[in-house]
Amino acid sequence: MFYSLLTLVSKWAIPVLLFVIPVFGYLRKVPVYESFVEGAEEGFTTAVKIIPFLVGMMVAISVFRASGAMDFISHCLSPLTSRAGVPSEVLPLAIMRPLSGSAVLGLATELMKSFGPDSFIGRISSVMQGTTDTTFFVLTVYFGAVGIKKYRYAIVTGLTADITGFLASVYICNLLFS
Amino acid sequence: MLNAIWLILLASGIVVAAINGNIEVVTVAALGAARGAVQVCFDLIGIMALWLGIMRIAEQAGMVQALARLMKPLLIRLFPSVPPNHPAMGAIILNLSANILGLGNAATPFGMKAMQELQKLNHGSNEASPAMCTFLAMNTSCITLIPATIIGVRLSFGSSNPVEIVGPCIFATGIAMFLAVTLDYWFRKYSPWRR
Repeated sequence: MFYSLLTLVSKWAIPVLLFVIPVFGYLRKVPVYESFVEGAEEGFTTAVKIIPFLVGMMVAISVFRASGAMDFISHCLSPLTSRAGVPSEVLPLAIMRPLSGSAVLGLATELMKSFGPDSFIGRISSVMQGTTDTTFFVLTVYFGAVGIKKYRYAIVTGLTADITGFLASVYICNLLFS
Repeated sequence: MLNAIWLILLASGIVVAAINGNIEVVTVAALGAARGAVQVCFDLIGIMALWLGIMRIAEQAGMVQALARLMKPLLIRLFPSVPPNHPAMGAIILNLSANILGLGNAATPFGMKAMQELQKLNHGSNEASPAMCTFLAMNTSCITLIPATIIGVRLSFGSSNPVEIVGPCIFATGIAMFLAVTLDYWFRKYSPWRR
């Protein structure tokens, strides 16, 4: 019941928006096609503007991950975190959470393949994937779009949210699923 | 801060690769990621154009403003430095709604639009304004009611209850969002970073 409601909403949300907004605009005498094109024009310049920011960030993150530095850090941390109820398998996922959304999805998928989606590891990695956004991607893309180079305290706030989200995921999963 | 993080990610990666004796992965990863980043931006062009076009219609029909007016009591408290009827408010509320509904590809264009509007209030500075920091604090930690991607993955591996993680996700991200907004408020009011 709940599941079918969720899939219904996610299936219909975009078609409904694409229908309702232009039809309502037309009724309000908006020249819909002209307005659309006018707005869409900005898409190109904005997307191109973020290229240097995204290249810088993705190269650093990718080198960090591929070199084994990420595994090294999670290996060092695992004796500490396993006491707090974190399986060592999900630690790389927690480290990658603020850095790369696609890496986290890949890791979560792999864990579910090996341990099954209904195992404790499968559940905790699902919750971690569904919690908080990729801080560095959001900061890079949003600040990049307007040429902001000094992020001030935004990084600290974003990373604190990630750590909090991680701890809260661990807590709730241990409470509900173990 | 950002300079240090960027350098640590890059330099620690290269040092570890050198120690492990597989320095060649650095080259492959760096070049691949550089190409991948441009790919991401190109994929964004079409999505950006689509949603910014739709948003312009909604603006001219007065729908965005109506939504912003509805959320005004909340918005003026979160963004005291933004004039209540500024177009930034409309874009912010669209971005947050898209995030909550799990429409990631619509959220990004609205978010960038919001940042552009906020930048107009920032007098051409290259430093983040307090309103931008608040907006991104909410954005990076935003609650998602429908984490569709992970539900799909769970379903594909034969989970007996693919949506059982929705409640825990909302709980965890709710706490994260609350803390992010509180911390942002503290930074804005009391930290050495305040203006």
